Amino acid sequence: MLLILPDIAIGLYFIALIINICSLFRDSLKSQVFFPGFVITGFIAHSAAIFCRFMLTGNIPITSMHESSSFFAWSVMVIYFYLYYRYKFMLLGTFILPVVVVLMLSSSALPSEIRPLSPILQSYWLAVHTLFAFVGNASFAVASGIGLMYLIQERHLKSKKTSPMFKRLPSVQILDEINYKLIALGFPLLTFAIISGALWAEEAMGSYWRWDPKEVWSMITWLIYAMILHLRIIKGYKGRKAALFSIAGFITVLFTYYGVNLLMKSYHSF
Amino acid sequence: MRIILLGLNHKTAGVEVREKLAFSGDKLFKGIEKLKALRQIKESAILSTCNRVELFAVSESDEEPLEPIKDLLSEIHGIDKGLFSPHLYVFYDQEGVRHTFRVASSLDSMVIGEPQILGQIKDAYEFALKNKATGVVLNRLFSHAISTAKRVRSETKIAENAVSISFAAVELAKKIFTTLQGRTSMLIGAGEMAELAARHLVNNGVSNVVVANRTYQRGCELAAAFRGRAIEFKDFLSELVNIDIIICSTGAPDYIIKKEQAQRLMKDRRNRPVFIIDISVPRNVDPAINDIDNIYLYDVDDLQGVVDSNISGRKREAEKAESIVNEEVERYMKWLHSLEAIPTIIAMRQHAERIRDEEFQKLKNRFPDMDEETLRAVHYMGTAIINKLIHPPTVALKEQCEDSKELVALIKKLFNHKEH
Repeated sequence: MLLILPDIAIGLYFIALIINICSLFRDSLKSQVFFPGFVITGFIAHSAAIFCRFMLTGNIPITSMHESSSFFAWSVMVIYFYLYYRYKFMLLGTFILPVVVVLMLSSSALPSEIRPLSPILQSYWLAVHTLFAFVGNASFAVASGIGLMYLIQERHLKSKKTSPMFKRLPSVQILDEINYKLIALGFPLLTFAIISGALWAEEAMGSYWRWDPKEVWSMITWLIYAMILHLRIIKGYKGRKAALFSIAGFITVLFTYYGVNLLMKSYHSF
Repeated sequence: MRIILLGLNHKTAGVEVREKLAFSGDKLFKGIEKLKALRQIKESAILSTCNRVELFAVSESDEEPLEPIKDLLSEIHGIDKGLFSPHLYVFYDQEGVRHTFRVASSLDSMVIGEPQILGQIKDAYEFALKNKATGVVLNRLFSHAISTAKRVRSETKIAENAVSISFAAVELAKKIFTTLQGRTSMLIGAGEMAELAARHLVNNGVSNVVVANRTYQRGCELAAAFRGRAIEFKDFLSELVNIDIIICSTGAPDYIIKKEQAQRLMKDRRNRPVFIIDISVPRNVDPAINDIDNIYLYDVDDLQGVVDSNISGRKREAEKAESIVNEEVERYMKWLHSLEAIPTIIAMRQHAERIRDEEFQKLKNRFPDMDEETLRAVHYMGTAIINKLIHPPTVALKEQCEDSKELVALIKKLFNHKEH
């Protein structure tokens, strides 16, 4: 059961995504009825999978790429549900669910065997550090999805062409606002993740900062989001540029997460 | 029984004919009274709007009521029959029902999907009802037309998108600002179209209207209409910093808002979005301003483009609406046919009961000594036979099938009914 739970979640998310995309082109009513059922059941299966993993290993299940990808996707879903409940725009799924599905697929593709936790990782810092990092990453992921929605809607308005999507996407103002709020949420989380990581490193290995690629790229990510917030708050940046930056920021997040682990040598393995 | 619909609309007659036939003021009452007085007609109603005049009638006699109705029209409006006759269309029965449903669903309107017609139909129906001109057939026709229109409205997107420039502006504003509640607007120039657009914005929640007009006095008048405030025309640029929606319609020969000014404005506004509607010709706002982030500039042609694409969207929806109308027409016609069967059913039963009573009387006369209980039993038996015998034909008649007209004729023939 434990083994197929993530697959069930992926399947259900995928069907929900297809329904959501189809609703763009067809009269929604009929297929849309099933959409919440698929996302919610998918989420329950997903949560159960994470919980089982927790019961099995006894650790917070964010100790390998396999586990963290799944948790990353789960955090994205939590934010997705909040936004969906708060703002009620259907089309959100079309932009958020692909990220979730890709994360889940990469989680499945990565080795999932349970290895004994190295002594370095056996610390309460593990939970603190990883929770901050992945909830932060998740809000950056959703922010970039919202940023993409903004860019599409802005293009509609600027080019003066309507499309089925134009009717279904919300206003540029609300998209800009959500994009801002998500980054304003993700940034302090990332900051705490970096600080707690540094404290942990000091405790476990005797130094706060070792210029490890993961550390460097986390810092680059942090600087990008700091710049976005600076431009927004001090310079009054809004709209298109802010949306583009949020997408660039998420690409850095992805590189810090996957790229560093796959391409560079780092003691930080997830 | 026959449903007759006679009328003309914007497609068949120019306004010079339509206006002559319009039932304005007390002409409507006069018209209804005269229709009621026609002996060929049992039920009637009149729909009169600026785009159409339609007379609804139900006739039960074999006499053709068309000419008397035309005479009546010519008499009430005091114009010659020859003047309007070529523009008239006449629909009977199913086609009349279909036409009524299409009109109510706004499929026959000048602007497809416009909502007013349904209200006008309701008014026409209520007026006829109040004056006791309608009966079973028309009452059902109108209420069915109204419910069909509602079904079309909810099941298709025929009325969804704006088809006027000012509504298109409101629709766009909502895609920029989410809600217009609490937004501010400035009218630069006080043209009629600008006023209309502003009226729609205010109706949708825009709360603060500033008017900048070259003639300050006119500006004040307009501002008063929106409970806004007027400013001197030369000051408009400095006021723009707090304005979300700008409606520009001056007669100026060149651009009154230039790109550099707009760039400075956005800096001052800290990039809060601005929606500029430039309905002046020649244009008053530099089109290059649309390239600046967070400014959305629409001129008349842009708005017209939105309207045109919405109209073609409505036409696509109209096809779906037609099939809904067809369904409903079919349902109505079935009901109508079943209605035609009712007198036959009653006559059939009466005929049978009459036979029973006659035979019962004969029996009583022949056996005067029969006791009360036996008599009652015999009577009961007679009734039971009737019921069992006429049950199948009754069901067949009530079943609302296509060929019920033939069935009615057949049953009349079988039971030897002449008239009922």
